[in-house]
Amino acid sequence: MTKQQANWSPYDNNGGTCVAIAGADYCVIAADTRMSSGYNILTRDYSKIIQLADKSVMASSGFQADVRALQKVLASRHLLYQHQHNKQMSCPAMAQLLSNTLYYKRFFPYYAFNVLGGLDNEGKGCVFTYDAVGSYERVGYSSQGSGSTLITPFLDNQLKSPSPLLLPAKDAVTPLSEAEAIDLVKTCFASATERDIYTGDKLEIIVLNASGIRQEYMELRKD
Amino acid sequence: MNSFDSNPATNSLISSEADSQRTLYPYVTGTSVVGIKYKDGILLAADMGGSYGSTLRYKSVERLKPVGKHSLIGASGEISDFQEIMRYLDDLILSDNMWDDGNSLGPKEVHNYLTRVMYNRRNKFNPLWNSLVLGGVKNGQKYLGTVSMIGVHYEDNHVATGFGNHLARPLLRDEWRENLTFEEGVILLEKCMRVLLYRDRSAVNKLQIAKITEEGVTISPPYSLKTFWNFSAFENPTHGAEGSW
Repeated sequence: MTKQQANWSPYDNNGGTCVAIAGADYCVIAADTRMSSGYNILTRDYSKIIQLADKSVMASSGFQADVRALQKVLASRHLLYQHQHNKQMSCPAMAQLLSNTLYYKRFFPYYAFNVLGGLDNEGKGCVFTYDAVGSYERVGYSSQGSGSTLITPFLDNQLKSPSPLLLPAKDAVTPLSEAEAIDLVKTCFASATERDIYTGDKLEIIVLNASGIRQEYMELRKD
Repeated sequence: MNSFDSNPATNSLISSEADSQRTLYPYVTGTSVVGIKYKDGILLAADMGGSYGSTLRYKSVERLKPVGKHSLIGASGEISDFQEIMRYLDDLILSDNMWDDGNSLGPKEVHNYLTRVMYNRRNKFNPLWNSLVLGGVKNGQKYLGTVSMIGVHYEDNHVATGFGNHLARPLLRDEWRENLTFEEGVILLEKCMRVLLYRDRSAVNKLQIAKITEEGVTISPPYSLKTFWNFSAFENPTHGAEGSW
């Protein structure tokens, strides 16, 4: 008698796309609000974005149960950090914590594709991009999730990030103004929504700058 | 991601002596649960069938239950796992009451608890094979959420499990609106349940509708829906194709 095989998968892909763009003194983080499973839309109004600290905002797509668990773990760790250090975690510190948290489950990963955006210790915009097991780097802009293959080439064309191989290192932050960056993000999602079935419904945009944090919404196609 | 299990190298990571204790597949299952928000609270509907594979074995299974003072739960999937979940919830509500501090768990809290339970079981590769709907009202705030066997969860104005996602949600997306009256809500739910009865082979024509408002929970006695089978196309199905069946 052959051994019984499990006929269920511990993973599902609930879709969605995330984008973040770093500016000289701001950071834009955006994600759609559609949650899917297979060819079904489960809900049109689910946020993939969470503010982890004063100056760190994370957007994650992938398997929603893992994303939520990851958000809770990071929020909990940040609370502990605040108790121990009496201050907020900086964005680069949160970036390292996220990487370590993901690698901790290297052999049963969080199926989560993350972009972390915020302001670094000098007040400049920063974006960190991750894979599911914690490999990360600081970049000027990034896209993750089901629409990333459609958005990344477009951002490469519009933002022309300098090569990380350059010496001396050239700043990756975009020369765009905050308003221009937001407009670019809206364009990215409007385009991705046309061709990616998992992206659509509504776009949630978070803007972090010296004055604080702001939220904006834009309707997307619902088909 | 199924290559995780079918690959012999990784399969041994999950399989061991303790396998005889793990859920492999469900035995007695309930089908769809449908829920909507309406003016005064939440309405849930579920039929009373417990299928044993393709046999409609049990026809009086209560799949809608109250939880504490402020919540209602509806379950589809493995019935024995639902009974286990009810035991967890009874313990949870008991502990909450034992504090005797005037505070009580609201539907949002119960939904979060259930999500953590389902997710943690999935992490141990021993899931509770259910899709749950959790609805309730507390301090005037209506709440309606759902959680699946792997921990995927969300809240919305209308939710459904299983076939309900395919057949009921589209109807609800078209016809649900804010502040439905109780009568309108029941009509809408019955429309969904009727479609499910026609098209879901595990559905039985004996259902309950449960209501929860600030005042409390009411679960209707079982009743059945009127159906119509006399469409002319069904009367002589081989007309025009003699010899077929």
